[in-house]
Amino acid sequence: MLASVATFALEGVRSHEVTVEVDVRQGVSIFTLVGLPDRAVRESRERVRAALMNSGLHFPLQRLTVNLAPAHVRKAGPSFDLAIAVGVLAASGQVPRDELEDSALCGELSLSGDLRPIRGALAAVLGARNAGYRRLLVPERNAAEGALVDGVEVYGIPTLARLADLLHGRWMPDSARPAVPDRRELDHGPDLADVRGQRDAKRALEIAAAGGHNVLMIGPPGAGKTMLARRLPGILPPPTFEEALEITQVHSAAGVGSGRLATERPFRAPHHTISAQGLVGGGATPRPGEITLAHRGVLFLDELPEFSRAAVDALRQPLEEGRVEIMRGQRTLEFPANATVVAACNRCPCARPPDRCTCTSLELGRYMRRLSGPLLDRIDLVCQVEAVPTVQLVDGEDEQRTASAEVRARVIAARERQRARLAGTGAFCNGDMDARLTRHHVPLDAILAARLLAVRGSANLSGRAHDRVLRIARTIADLAARDQVTVRDLDEALSYRLHGWEVIAA
Amino acid sequence: MTGSLEPTTASGACDRCLRRAFLVAHLAPRIAGLLERPAPRVTGLLALPDEAFVAAAAGERSDEAWTFLEGLDLESERGGLERASMFAVCRHADGYPALLHELADPPAVLFGRGRMRALRALSDEPAVAMVGTRRASPYGTEVAYALGRGLGAAGVPVVSGLALGIDGTAHRGCLDGGGTPVGVLACGPDVVYPRRHRRLYERVQAEGIVVSELPPGTPPFRWSFPARNRIMAALARMTVVVEAAEPSGSLITADFARDLGRAVAAVPGRVTSSFARGTNGLLKDGAVPVTRTEDVLDELFGVGVRSAPPLDEETVEPLDPHDSAVLEAAERFGSVDAIARELRLSAADARAALGRLEAEGYLVRRDLGGWERAAS
Repeated sequence: MLASVATFALEGVRSHEVTVEVDVRQGVSIFTLVGLPDRAVRESRERVRAALMNSGLHFPLQRLTVNLAPAHVRKAGPSFDLAIAVGVLAASGQVPRDELEDSALCGELSLSGDLRPIRGALAAVLGARNAGYRRLLVPERNAAEGALVDGVEVYGIPTLARLADLLHGRWMPDSARPAVPDRRELDHGPDLADVRGQRDAKRALEIAAAGGHNVLMIGPPGAGKTMLARRLPGILPPPTFEEALEITQVHSAAGVGSGRLATERPFRAPHHTISAQGLVGGGATPRPGEITLAHRGVLFLDELPEFSRAAVDALRQPLEEGRVEIMRGQRTLEFPANATVVAACNRCPCARPPDRCTCTSLELGRYMRRLSGPLLDRIDLVCQVEAVPTVQLVDGEDEQRTASAEVRARVIAARERQRARLAGTGAFCNGDMDARLTRHHVPLDAILAARLLAVRGSANLSGRAHDRVLRIARTIADLAARDQVTVRDLDEALSYRLHGWEVIAA
Repeated sequence: MTGSLEPTTASGACDRCLRRAFLVAHLAPRIAGLLERPAPRVTGLLALPDEAFVAAAAGERSDEAWTFLEGLDLESERGGLERASMFAVCRHADGYPALLHELADPPAVLFGRGRMRALRALSDEPAVAMVGTRRASPYGTEVAYALGRGLGAAGVPVVSGLALGIDGTAHRGCLDGGGTPVGVLACGPDVVYPRRHRRLYERVQAEGIVVSELPPGTPPFRWSFPARNRIMAALARMTVVVEAAEPSGSLITADFARDLGRAVAAVPGRVTSSFARGTNGLLKDGAVPVTRTEDVLDELFGVGVRSAPPLDEETVEPLDPHDSAVLEAAERFGSVDAIARELRLSAADARAALGRLEAEGYLVRRDLGGWERAAS
């Protein structure tokens, strides 16, 4: 007898449908698995056999052929176990076949017949919904994550025996409920109020959060660059439901999710020895890279000049398009990669304070050149991080330290203004504006134009740098709830640009 | 470029001197083997008459050297010079800078390329040699550029070695100030060393002149750098060392200058900085301290006789008190946080003031650090 069962296999952060066909007929007892299975899929035969027997079900000692269609796509991972087992049951007449028609199944089996959770359950659910299935049966521990999606019923199944009961109509699990955390308990991560001093960096981060700009922090080692960067997710607006779903989907596919809806924006800080592939994704079975794991959150690149040229260059496409494309054979995989980049570096290669610096002009020039390139083109703001004087650390002196919540409120208000202004343009924040949108939404009156011209004459303000300054000025005005960009806003914006290394240094 | 050249001629060198120059170049690799390191000096060797020189440099291979000299076709060499728009003047010719005769071992011939007038002018107009480390700090780079530019604007030729670091920067300043650079090379006058100075080399020979005692095509040798330094010291009335560690080729130039009875000056540096050990040492030994162009001009022409013309500055509006406070703080601290703390400003307002001051030309930024007051 022949049976076919639908399942969904993870590919990148999305899933594609795979039909598991099982044929059982008289003959020598043999279990064949075809359809480009990898090792984990081939081993599925042993798990299926043991799980069936240990669940009080019958494993047919006949000629068993399993085909995974489409047969030309490579199949990887253990998530086919459940569909194969159920296919065997249906083909050997142990469960009614018509019960499976509008259902899809995903899950890994243990030898005892328990169902183990899989990576990328959310992607599988989205795939099942888009393919028009009525219900999706997943391991119990994936159920909450799967239930985040409307339009398809998701049931969590504890064991293979229970699944057989379900198909016979002898048992009915509760429809899974999404695990959406209570908004009031939201944890925004470390707070900006923990950071002493660093007014310049805090202000720059606020502008970055408000306008979706990338930042470069310059300061000595140990000054708190990582500490500051880690606080950026907490002052960004909380993710919308769609964004949260995207974050959860990515994390679920990478196997780093918590099984609940993500409520925080991710923060990723890869070490500078990372390869280009580690940063943007890839591999024989393509896995998302750090930029994808930071999707809708923050990617922190500490010691930027130490990263390999290849790794930094690989960031060009994601930074421009918000996605990564990876070619594998004839197939192109796409990973989402829309993150705010915070980069950090030292003042100079020796990283000593200015009065004890031993760097030559030549060395400084070389250091600056290592910094430049496609990434620097995408950085709108450059700020200083100060080695905080010890006195300040000890007695804490003056300053009011603003809490993240307060900054976040200003950021949300500023983003709201941008959304209203940019509605229908495809851009959501000032950082998304291209040259045309920048010209349109940051009109230059005579005074602003004169100021820009003055700087242009003295400091080689290229066309690109020019737009960057205008975008920052626009965000500064948005933070102050001003409709018009003022000269003051422009002045502040000008001070955040990375000045060209003076030519006299040869 | 060739349009600006005056008639170049090789006839300014007599056969004997030309022979000597080619002989030195021919034996250059042997000389390298004879000298001790570090700080090899060739003063004694180069002063020897031909016979003794060949005996000292070539040893038992003297015969080979003499054969080389006999086979030398001076007419074709002269033709080659002319075709390459280069000139040669020997110590018996009129065009030879008289100042070089003060050396114990004046070069037999000066080969060169560029404006002959620049070389002749050195007899009437005092020139300044500016030298310093190849590994210059941003401070040294800035000062060398400013001094070079000031001297250039004041019409004082700047003699330097076209090396990386201070040398090259001083010449860039001189060129930007509209002055006449004189480049003295440690290789043939047509050899660009270091190669990354190709553009600078071309600017120098277009606006001034490059000279060398070595014939065209000779590569640089270890010994030819200190040998070149004696020519720099001799061509200038005063040698200014901008930044020098210890030991340093710049200090050799200063020694030559002192031996010739010329003025030696140095730019003071931080006492704790390794970049400034050589220059601060010179100052302790009595060198003239130089902090601005006027110091050099006063030493050359007498106090107040000549002054550096003001550089073309845009007229700047007077500052409001708030901005001038920020300007002062920027000069003292250079970091936004320190400025904001000092003046009790928000970082945003401090940034706005800094941006304004920079846009209006009061402040300039340094590499990845903070701000500094623009040079006035």
